[in-house]
Amino acid sequence: MKTIQLNATVTASNRRDADALRAQMRETGSLLINVMSSPGAGKTTLLSRLIQDLRDVKIAVMEADIASDVDAKRIEELGAASIQVHTSGMCHMDAGMTAAALEALGQKLPCSQGRGTGREAGGGFCSAFDLIFLENVGNLICPAEYDTGAGINVMLLSVPEGDDKPLKYPLMFRQSDALVITKIDSLDYFDFDLGKCESRARKLHPEIKIFPVSAKTGAGMEALERWIRSSLTEWKQI
Amino acid sequence: MHEMGIVLHLAKTLDETAEEHQLTAIGKVVLQVGEVSGIMTELFTDAWDYFKLRHPILKDSALVLEIVPAVTWCDNCKQTYETVKYGRTCPHCGSGETWLIQGNECTIKEIEAE
Repeated sequence: MKTIQLNATVTASNRRDADALRAQMRETGSLLINVMSSPGAGKTTLLSRLIQDLRDVKIAVMEADIASDVDAKRIEELGAASIQVHTSGMCHMDAGMTAAALEALGQKLPCSQGRGTGREAGGGFCSAFDLIFLENVGNLICPAEYDTGAGINVMLLSVPEGDDKPLKYPLMFRQSDALVITKIDSLDYFDFDLGKCESRARKLHPEIKIFPVSAKTGAGMEALERWIRSSLTEWKQI
Repeated sequence: MHEMGIVLHLAKTLDETAEEHQLTAIGKVVLQVGEVSGIMTELFTDAWDYFKLRHPILKDSALVLEIVPAVTWCDNCKQTYETVKYGRTCPHCGSGETWLIQGNECTIKEIEAE
């Protein structure tokens, strides 16, 4: 027996799978956005709004839940492609599960549009989409620990949840490229201090983009959509 | 199911290590687990014992968990304190502007193998 010093994180293999998936996505030109939040923060409502507002962008949604397909149905009613992923009780999506979901999405739809099929890149998924949203399992803890292979990580925090969440779930705020503060139409009814929330989030992650929005009234959506569009352009260029 | 998910990732990372070092059997796996990493050590050990029997290279392995104490830093008074005892509020000055600096990790420190 010999001793091997590893000092590797338990999820090191996932990180490698995630990097490989990201590289494949770059080749196909589709931007995968991992959307994370607590249950009920408004992920599906926000995505519904984005689908309606970004009509000229080809969007697909992968809904990850422990059970049910209510979210996927809501998305399909809007005319966007969607698949439901059941995580069999797992509290997060990892890179392997995400790659399998992308493949299922590709099989469900004819891969006749876009740049190549993605299979050429070895991915086996469809590149008929500009944007693919992965709606992760509602949970502020575990999804932050697993790199899904997404190009961008976005987290939602809703006003009713409170402005102290950066203090309680620091890793989620560190891992997210953007923080979308949802349900700002309810600010009058809760003691949610936008300034405090923003400074707490920036303390953890100075470069984090912050977008206070209401998917219901449309307030703030324009800035978020501008950022998504410019991220997509950037992704396709590199 | 959180623990079983971690066991699966751990096994995958170990498989890759075994391939890289051309190992045929892993005898001991030493993990550093943070006190507030959210891992229930008893459940984790159970999940490992269940899984290893189904994974030949790990069949005779022993899992050793080293617990890393959780330490929080107070931004206000620039001191550290024990996270588990005092939680989010700094016991020195009462501030809530505090951040965990260690105790959230789950790291494979070393393995014994042949």
